[in-house]
Amino acid sequence: MSASSWRLKLVARANPSRALVLLAPVLAVALALVFGALMILALGKSPVEAFNVYFAQPLADPFSLAEIVVKASPLVMIALGLAFCYRANLWNIGAEGQFVIGGTLGGGIAVATHGMTHATFWILPAMLVIGALGGALYALIPAVLKVTLGVSEILVSLMLVYVAQLNLDYLVRGPWRDPKGFNFPVTAGFDPSATLPPLWPGGAVHSGVAITVLLVIIMAVVLARTRFGFAVRTAGMAPRAAGFAGFDHRRLTLALFALSGGLAGLAGVVEVSGVINQLQPSISPGYGFAAIIVAFLGRLSPVGILVAGLVLALTYIGGEAAQIAMKLPLDLTTAFQGVVLMCVLAADVLTHYRLTLARRAS
Amino acid sequence: MSSVFFQAVAATIIASSIPLILAAIGELVAERSGMLNLGVEGMMLMGAVCGFIGAYFSSSTLVGALCGVAAGLAMASLYGLLTIGFAVNQVAAGLALTIFGQGLSGLIGAHYVGLKRDGAPHLHLPWLSGLPYVGHMLFGEDGFVYAALALVAGVAWFLRYSRAGLNLRAVGDNPASAHALGMSVGGTRLMAVLFGGACAGLSGAYLTLAYTPFWSPGLSAGRGWIALALVVFASWKPWRVVLGALLFGGATILQLQAQALGIRLPSQMLSALPYVVTILALILLNLRRYRGSLTPAALGLPFVADT
Repeated sequence: MSASSWRLKLVARANPSRALVLLAPVLAVALALVFGALMILALGKSPVEAFNVYFAQPLADPFSLAEIVVKASPLVMIALGLAFCYRANLWNIGAEGQFVIGGTLGGGIAVATHGMTHATFWILPAMLVIGALGGALYALIPAVLKVTLGVSEILVSLMLVYVAQLNLDYLVRGPWRDPKGFNFPVTAGFDPSATLPPLWPGGAVHSGVAITVLLVIIMAVVLARTRFGFAVRTAGMAPRAAGFAGFDHRRLTLALFALSGGLAGLAGVVEVSGVINQLQPSISPGYGFAAIIVAFLGRLSPVGILVAGLVLALTYIGGEAAQIAMKLPLDLTTAFQGVVLMCVLAADVLTHYRLTLARRAS
Repeated sequence: MSSVFFQAVAATIIASSIPLILAAIGELVAERSGMLNLGVEGMMLMGAVCGFIGAYFSSSTLVGALCGVAAGLAMASLYGLLTIGFAVNQVAAGLALTIFGQGLSGLIGAHYVGLKRDGAPHLHLPWLSGLPYVGHMLFGEDGFVYAALALVAGVAWFLRYSRAGLNLRAVGDNPASAHALGMSVGGTRLMAVLFGGACAGLSGAYLTLAYTPFWSPGLSAGRGWIALALVVFASWKPWRVVLGALLFGGATILQLQAQALGIRLPSQMLSALPYVVTILALILLNLRRYRGSLTPAALGLPFVADT
């Protein structure tokens, strides 16, 4: 801040600026790109070349486009649930753990039924249902502790991420390891009956992507048009009014954690049955955390999240390409994602406040 | 139990509790001012990598520690800019800081993975460190241990007896009143956040300069989050942080020593122990206390002055 007698001041707007609501995320991404360029310069590489590899090339290549859609799918699915939580000022930040639990439980069915040849039609639906249920129940642990004892949902949901990861690690190195897998810590590959089919024959996009798009539509309608959606919005914007309106905050807390955990769990099982096709010690490159960025970048609205998910997926695909083509480390992608979130949050303030110059009181 | 074995176990418990004490005491001050900074893990990682690199080039543990503190300060000022300057949601800003710190520390430290340097020297206090049972463990530690305890004592005194500490608590409990009384809410909160960042940076530097002592990506392994839980566990009271940290340090050591003690459990289950203990501790604490009464009243709430 300058030493002059003028300083920047935040003045609340009566109504959020309509234009800025749409413009702020764009502005934020542009600002993040500037910081990204600085980081790439500091690494001694050319930002122009890096941005070309990161963003332009994947968009020009049909194979990469399909990959972006596949990567965006879990991000969007998780972020949809998180956005509902965050709107109600509930902080589920353990989606990564709920994703892993969903993938583990759903994948467990695939492992248990491995080699089955008759009556296998139920396997895939059961995997999806159990994965979603598992994620929902796992998310209910912090929710129940919060509504009964007032334990911080932030800390419990995050601690459970580590527990879920270690649990999966134990299973694939121990009881679930493929006996024919040359001692690699992986389960047997999933049978076709436990694998999500491609969206069209021979396509590179699995049918879980259709589930994601369907969920975006459903969640958008729920948020805008239902009593539940109204309760969520009111709980965040005017908690006291929500109480007067008869919305039970405890029930809402439980419902939103179950919902967001269920979606994260579903994303997890879709990932293992649609993309990885087996269980391994790590089944997520941090989707559960990146989805938090997606939720905010999408302004906590389902349609916005769909767009934001594609943007974040692009950074993953671009990051992998840049690692191969330019030897840029993958940590650059993580750092960049952090910068994106910071810029999004900072730009958000412009929609609620006006930045003005004010004379410092002496 | 022999004195030597007892002291060895006690020393490892103390060593594993120091990073938690350092990070938690800083976060405690920030939270008492109303700032919930979830970026502790990110600030720790940055402190760890910058501390290691500083010490590597200067061959000085002290310079390394200062580098760690500087890195923590830089990260915390970023958080301060977002939450105090732009009134951004604190939870989201803290998460962003952690994600950013994880990535940036990996970037900065990429060329230093696997390099080793000697751990921080242990300072043996004459005569006292020769005492049986407690001598070596209490008076033969490295400088970080004494620094951590001095910090706790300083913070306890500051919050309880100093005028500035009273102002800080006022800002954390009722920023509107504090503002009306002419206190600078933003300025106080920024100072508290910076102190938290410096402590988290020092905590990270302890990991790479004394505890491990080398750098590997993500080596804080969730200690920043445990430190956050520790503040709640300690009911925002400084000395209880030490008590809690020793408990968690014990859980960590139990995990490392389980094999030697003949506990035959999967290693992953033991690795999960500190996280499970954290959850159980939070549950037990909430079972027996008047809910939320000790939480700073304005914790996590942004403050923008009307006038």
